Amino acid sequence: MRIRFVLNGKPVETDVSPGQTVLEFLRARGIHSVKYGCDKGECGACTVLVDGKAQNACLMLVHTINNKTIETVDSLADRHHLHPIQREFLERGAVQCGYCTPGMILAAEALYREDPHPDEAAVRDALAGNLCRCTGYVKPVEAVRK
Amino acid sequence: MRVIGKKTVRVDGRALVKGKPVFADDIEIQNLLHLKILHSPHAHARIRSIDASEALAMEGVVAVLTHEDFAPHYFTTAGQGYPEPSPRDMRVLDSVVRFVGDRVAVVAAESPELAAEALAKIRVDYEPLPAIFDSRESMKSSIVIHPEPGATGIYDAERNIAAHFDVEIGNVDKALEESEHLYEGTYSTPYVQQASIEPHISLSWWDENDRLVIRTSTQVPFHVRRIVAEMLDLPIGKIRVIKPRLGGGFGGKQEILNEELCAAVTLKTGFPARLEYTREEEFYAARTRHPQTVKLRIGLNQDLTINAIDMDILENTGAYGAHALTVMSVTAQKTLSLYRAPNVRVNANAVYTNLPIAGAYRGYGAPQGFFALEVLMDEIAHDLGVDPIDLRHKNYVRVGDEIPIARVLGEGREGFPMKILSSGLEECLEEGKKLIGWEKIRSKPKSGIIRRGVGVAIAAQGSGIPGIDMGSVFLKMNEDASFNMLVGATDLGTGSDTALAQIAAEVLEVPVEKILVYSSDTDLTPFDTGAYASSTTYVSGGAVKKAAEKVKAQLLELGKKLLDVKAATIKEGYVIGDSGEKITYREICTKTFYTDEQTQIMATASHVSYDSPPPFNATFAEVAVDIETGIVTVNRIVSVTDAGQVINPQMAEGQAEGAIPQSLGMALSEYMIFDEKGVPLNRDFFQYHIYTAIDMPEIVTKFISTNEPTGPFGAKAAAEIPVNGPAPAVVNAIYNACGVRMRKLPVTPEELLEELSKQK
Ligand code: FES
Ligand code: FES
Repeated sequence: MRIRFVLNGKPVETDVSPGQTVLEFLRARGIHSVKYGCDKGECGACTVLVDGKAQNACLMLVHTINNKTIETVDSLADRHHLHPIQREFLERGAVQCGYCTPGMILAAEALYREDPHPDEAAVRDALAGNLCRCTGYVKPVEAVRK
Repeated sequence: MRVIGKKTVRVDGRALVKGKPVFADDIEIQNLLHLKILHSPHAHARIRSIDASEALAMEGVVAVLTHEDFAPHYFTTAGQGYPEPSPRDMRVLDSVVRFVGDRVAVVAAESPELAAEALAKIRVDYEPLPAIFDSRESMKSSIVIHPEPGATGIYDAERNIAAHFDVEIGNVDKALEESEHLYEGTYSTPYVQQASIEPHISLSWWDENDRLVIRTSTQVPFHVRRIVAEMLDLPIGKIRVIKPRLGGGFGGKQEILNEELCAAVTLKTGFPARLEYTREEEFYAARTRHPQTVKLRIGLNQDLTINAIDMDILENTGAYGAHALTVMSVTAQKTLSLYRAPNVRVNANAVYTNLPIAGAYRGYGAPQGFFALEVLMDEIAHDLGVDPIDLRHKNYVRVGDEIPIARVLGEGREGFPMKILSSGLEECLEEGKKLIGWEKIRSKPKSGIIRRGVGVAIAAQGSGIPGIDMGSVFLKMNEDASFNMLVGATDLGTGSDTALAQIAAEVLEVPVEKILVYSSDTDLTPFDTGAYASSTTYVSGGAVKKAAEKVKAQLLELGKKLLDVKAATIKEGYVIGDSGEKITYREICTKTFYTDEQTQIMATASHVSYDSPPPFNATFAEVAVDIETGIVTVNRIVSVTDAGQVINPQMAEGQAEGAIPQSLGMALSEYMIFDEKGVPLNRDFFQYHIYTAIDMPEIVTKFISTNEPTGPFGAKAAAEIPVNGPAPAVVNAIYNACGVRMRKLPVTPEELLEELSKQK
């Protein structure tokens, strides 16, 4: 079937095979920042923004994004400047292996679009769906709060 | 120092925050075959026959491999030094399966979905065999898990003992008898998972020169090359292993887990192959921490110094013996290095069961050992009415002490003499005591439904495996005074590339950005045993320091020639002659490339250490126990570590912060559950609970700076040590809170309630 959506600011019109998840679809299109971690909505490594809200791409079938806006971490920075959340992650040592990082950054971005002044509990809530086995969430929470 | 001990952002950090394609699976390959493994549904069975014809007949299914496709080579999947200390008890695919999840066949198809569909069409006729699920039964059982004659290195196959050792220093029986106080206890730890968020993933293909390339998420690229070559009868020179960035490992990727299956498919079909574990496979068909039951007896003199420690380790290695011997030798060696005890003895057996395969996991046996030791020390302190901190102050090792156990117990063979040359343990304890508010919480009367308590545990680890771990580096200079640094060391997300760049930058007196690190690729980077045993900063860092010093010496020599002076010094990117004439690094390199003294400034160096200085740690836990529900909430963890001179404080903190929830998981929420047929029941993150951002207690980490004379710039290891303390500290805090002593992990609300009810 044919769908239309906006991917990282660019309109896309394409045929998709039913049954494919957004995670599979994006990775097959070369968007590698969206990661596989569980395929069950447990880990958040596959987080994308759908109309500005953080969603697990592994749980969404690709036809459901018809007419929607999809953003991945690839759209946050330009060639020379990091997005403020990316910069804080880098500066505050919130990145270790970095596998969970794109998902965490998008979850944080979604939070800020809704609530520009989140307290620590709100930050932890926003990151609760993003598993990280490296950092203990200490520095990621700090990075998102700044 | 200019960059050592200072904040430096990760050299790979920018790419990671931008989500650049740096991981194993982030490449596109044409004509790729996707592999899926058929796992055994039986805990123990002989395969009578496999019929794959229906699967093979499917459009898009290219190959199905079974045990018939592989010569009966036996090997170990443990990525360790050679000859490996682990028994060689495994085949690529075998005609006997030994746990639910063991490998039966592999399908290669044009898509992952097709491969999965094809799995369902393979008909296997199994003859089920009786199985062992309780490690206490293994040695007495009439069931033999590894009777096959081709396996080697098994200690006693008839009795299912994969590995064994016993050592004694002094006379333990006599010492225990003469001791004023005698205590004993038995402690056990469960099956837990490394659970890196990136699963195991490998890809393989033939390159344009007919060499087999394996791109894999591994901690041990050089061991992958050696073991795959052996398994598939290929010359080592025919294989190139590329390790891109890793999405975490924690020991789980110190293993040859699926590289050889990809390689076998590429060999057979000529096509590129890809095999990625699903999360479910990660849970039952990857590796775990070895569950252990540790029995300890400790005898103390009248002045409360320890006179003797007697240790008995029963380790469950699962169906195969990967890391079986070495994990329990670390259990013994690390725990028995912590306290001065003139008489020590260990009797250790690693036994087979028909359960998932255990392997390497951060701490490598030490967390199991320290759980036993540090809980028993707490019991002793309470029984004798002394402060648990004081009991430890009386007994831990100090600078100048010889550690006799290190000499007799090495990596599966004799070790090397060891003497403590640096220790900040006393300060770790005192600092942690202050930060947690020890006295106030400890002595507060306990009443009500929610009871607060505090507990402590101390620990040691090592810095690499002495006499075995070797790292090497190749450093070459470019005209703009940048340096390519090719290291065999394997950054698995720990930040070791950054720490190594800092060491080179410190020596060469250049900014860290000038060190361009590349790790690791068996074609391009020199050998390294790999990232495990907390070896990278200490061992590979030693190699980096040597290579950088050689390059610096060359710069000085060439600078002098170009300036035409007899004596000169190096400062901040200049060679400066006696009377003030200067030449920049850039000019030196450019001239020596093109016009004068033509040469490439470059050096290689290797480093092996016969020392493995222990980093030390004191961990404090503050918990709240709900005595009506049995739920334990950890409010705060204070972790104070002596890792020598810390190379990168922010990254070192990050190591401690990440280690703590792994240990808390083992203490409270993580354990694999099996049914009576050995089927693993919790196979996802909903059922197997690792800490999330909302579960975390408040974490306070601190480093006490000491100077380790044998380490690069005084450094010791930092990555594993903080994982040892939290679990015993929590259990000790539970006791302080509600007077119940839990000796088995994890502490579940049900079991805690049961113990509480006995108390009433
Ligand atoms: S891969 Fe989507 S939540 Fe884990
Ligand atoms: S940084 Fe490794 S999983 Fe989060």
